[in-house]
Amino acid sequence: MATSSRLDARIPQGSLEDKWEKYKSSVPLVNPANKRNIEVIVVGTGLAGASAAATLAEMGYKVKAFCFQDSPRRAHSIAAQGGINAAKNYQNDGDSVHRLFYDTIKGGDYRSREANVHRLAEVSGNIIDQCVAQGVPFAREYGGLLSNRSFGGVQVQRTFYAAGQTGQQLLLGAYSGLQRQVGMGTITMYNRHEMLDVVKIDGKCRGIIARNLVTGELERHSAHAVLLCTGGYGNVFYLSTNAMGSNVTAAWKAHKRGAFFANPCFTQIHPTCIPVSGEHQSKLTLMSESLRNDGRIWVPKKQNDTRAGNEIPEEERDYYLERRYPAFGNLVPRDIASRAAKERCDAGYGVGSSKLAVFLDFSAAFHRYGQGEANKNNITNAPESQILEWGKAVVKEKYGNLFDMYKQITGEDPYEVPMRIYPAVHYTMGGLWVDYNLMTTVPGLYSLGEANFSDHGANRLGASALMQGLADGYFVIPITVGAYLAGEIRTGHISTDHEAFVQTEKEVSDRIQKLITIQGKTSPEVFHRRLGKIMWDKCGMARNEKGLKEAIVEIRALREEFWKDVKVMGKIGDFNPELDKANRVADFIELGELMCIDALTRDESCGGHFREEFQTEEGEALRDDENFMFVSAWEHIATEKWELHKEDLVYDNIKIAQRSYK
Amino acid sequence: MSAGNMRLTLKVWRQSNTDTKGGFENYNLDGVSPDMSFLEMFDILNEQLIEENKEPVAFDHDCREGICGSCSMFINGQPHGPLKGVTTCQLHMRSFQDGDTITVEPWRAGAFPVIKDLVVDRDGFDRIISAGGFVSVNTGNAQDANSLPIPKENADEAFSAAACIACGACVAACKNASAMLFVSAKISQLALLPQGQAERSIRAEKMVAQMDAEGFGNCTNTHACSAECPKEISFENIARMNREYIGAKSSSKVL
Repeated sequence: MATSSRLDARIPQGSLEDKWEKYKSSVPLVNPANKRNIEVIVVGTGLAGASAAATLAEMGYKVKAFCFQDSPRRAHSIAAQGGINAAKNYQNDGDSVHRLFYDTIKGGDYRSREANVHRLAEVSGNIIDQCVAQGVPFAREYGGLLSNRSFGGVQVQRTFYAAGQTGQQLLLGAYSGLQRQVGMGTITMYNRHEMLDVVKIDGKCRGIIARNLVTGELERHSAHAVLLCTGGYGNVFYLSTNAMGSNVTAAWKAHKRGAFFANPCFTQIHPTCIPVSGEHQSKLTLMSESLRNDGRIWVPKKQNDTRAGNEIPEEERDYYLERRYPAFGNLVPRDIASRAAKERCDAGYGVGSSKLAVFLDFSAAFHRYGQGEANKNNITNAPESQILEWGKAVVKEKYGNLFDMYKQITGEDPYEVPMRIYPAVHYTMGGLWVDYNLMTTVPGLYSLGEANFSDHGANRLGASALMQGLADGYFVIPITVGAYLAGEIRTGHISTDHEAFVQTEKEVSDRIQKLITIQGKTSPEVFHRRLGKIMWDKCGMARNEKGLKEAIVEIRALREEFWKDVKVMGKIGDFNPELDKANRVADFIELGELMCIDALTRDESCGGHFREEFQTEEGEALRDDENFMFVSAWEHIATEKWELHKEDLVYDNIKIAQRSYK
Repeated sequence: MSAGNMRLTLKVWRQSNTDTKGGFENYNLDGVSPDMSFLEMFDILNEQLIEENKEPVAFDHDCREGICGSCSMFINGQPHGPLKGVTTCQLHMRSFQDGDTITVEPWRAGAFPVIKDLVVDRDGFDRIISAGGFVSVNTGNAQDANSLPIPKENADEAFSAAACIACGACVAACKNASAMLFVSAKISQLALLPQGQAERSIRAEKMVAQMDAEGFGNCTNTHACSAECPKEISFENIARMNREYIGAKSSSKVL
């Protein structure tokens, strides 16, 4: 096995600890006068996009930023709840850059790139500094210093947070930086615009075709570099914790123009989401992993137990995570917690009307915190009911908004009865293949944040998505983009009258025309739901060869049916969300096929990719390091045809082991 | 699982674009489940309209978990409907009765022109933030995050103000279409934190000036904004903004 010659990760020489420092001081620079003439397009304004756009503009580049929402502040990073990791060691619990690096590689089940992950850990502390300087109101202790909590797969407290709204506060920080530059005229912001293609001239990315979602007009925008910060593709499953508009279209268009797509089958199923309540369901809502700091997960010891959670006595409860994984207990990583819940439910121990749920119970925490309050106030004879009241007040301060949200959605009060939770699609570790500079296989085209593949391997640890998005945007791309743009100082403004722009715009226009003229019988929504069912049933939490082969056939048939029978209402030159959705669903269908091919090719289990044929006797994921310690990077050749390129993963600094949280 | 059995009459504002006159259309909808969110109920309506070869109702929505601030329906005369502290996407049909007639309109404000149906243009909010809703700190210049302790109560109060989702319900609720709750939340957040001190005066002046330029109305202390705010942003922020503004104006260096 050898890395494909088409994949050069451009990892700097030298020891792991020195690579980034040395790289930073030797990378080519663009002088301030030249920066003013260099244009950069940023697509997507979540944590990665907003931070990149703001920082590049501060440095002097001319930036154009695009988002499909009505404001850049609404990108889906806003919904991240629990927190952001950083190796600050403020809690004096032995944390370090190396430990964060190690936890991330292990958490990713040894399928991520060492150099990228180490750099991520190195800049993590700077992110917190930057956010605090912007006025991000992180949670604090009474002494005025920053507070931390634990997340899954980790034995230190390194997660910074702002109640259950950390993503919101971090994004508003990055957004304020972006809007500041908009006000200064260094960023031109295009709201309600969707990127529909990449324009290449002589092999380099030179711009994009975007659609104004209000007027329906297609626009040509040129630039010396294009940054795709367009998030993940979890909505391929129809139901996920992603926002309704989250989509793969920008990344998929880049893929079809030559950017390799890496590890598409690595998807994260988050263990603690509110269960599906009915056919009408349009999305799933996450209950933050931070709840596992205080909540205990259990099912009844008896199968098909229909009693309410609070009526089942302690000795009849199976705290299965604590039983199976005593070292990490309820704080095992997400892939492991999800599979364990599925295992119990499949075995008949699930709860709730659908039987596809387990309990997340806070009664022990109410008691513990209540007792703590009593001790603080030297009260020794308080009745249990009073202790529970005090405890609930403490829990409310920590997770109040999450408890409110749960109650609002389910109609049940989690202060009185245990929450019911079940795993749901949440995050995609796969994405566009990028080198150390975050550049895709198309020169001048970059990918940041969840849209790329590099840092989380086969499973992402909690509170690491926000860290990666902001690391890429604030601290990595502003340095690494110079390596390419230093060679572009003589290029000058790129005309959008070039034949490549004309041709690409025509291709986009033809496709839109086709979508709206089919006038079939089935709405894009129905196609999306059908795709989601195939993906969840056959490429979801557990996969096997037979199911994946069936799924590929079914998805191909669905694609053909889509292009014959889709029904798109409304007009092209108009505000038309149905047309936007049809465009996105068409791309999701193609992606779904590639995900199944990738899952079928990877004959091992690792992280979130669980092939039923490859498991240990205890039902844990069974990796095959001998044959599969590589990144699968897929090159699009033609419809239904891809070529696999492999990037070998080399671990010089970490001892590979079977991942154990026991 | 939950094939619903609620029957509703919906009276929905339809408007082709900014320049055309709009009006109400009535729709009957069956099979609504009390577990559906208000927007999922609209999904069903839209599927029904598509079946009937009618154009679906355009409405803004994205995260559907109450945090992105996209959804913006004026339901039976209240922004985000009857429940307190809840966005439209988190409002569930169990808050309504079988047989109800529900009126749904877009936000009504001169500074929020209708784009289509229930979709309005809220770009004015972004321009107000651009005018001063930030701390001028470039990436890479920050000191260690714990070098400046902040009293917990100040941090908590700043967080409460920062929880604003910029949905615009405050403007829609106000008879003057005032944006002062939105603007004051950002001014308060940064005025409460040490990081915001250097630009404290200029920020208040510039954000208020932009707010006025956008055509938002003035505050007459009816408190409808904070009563209807899905994030329950406190009305005290407006009082603080007024103090900040007066203080800034009295020593203004802005011409």
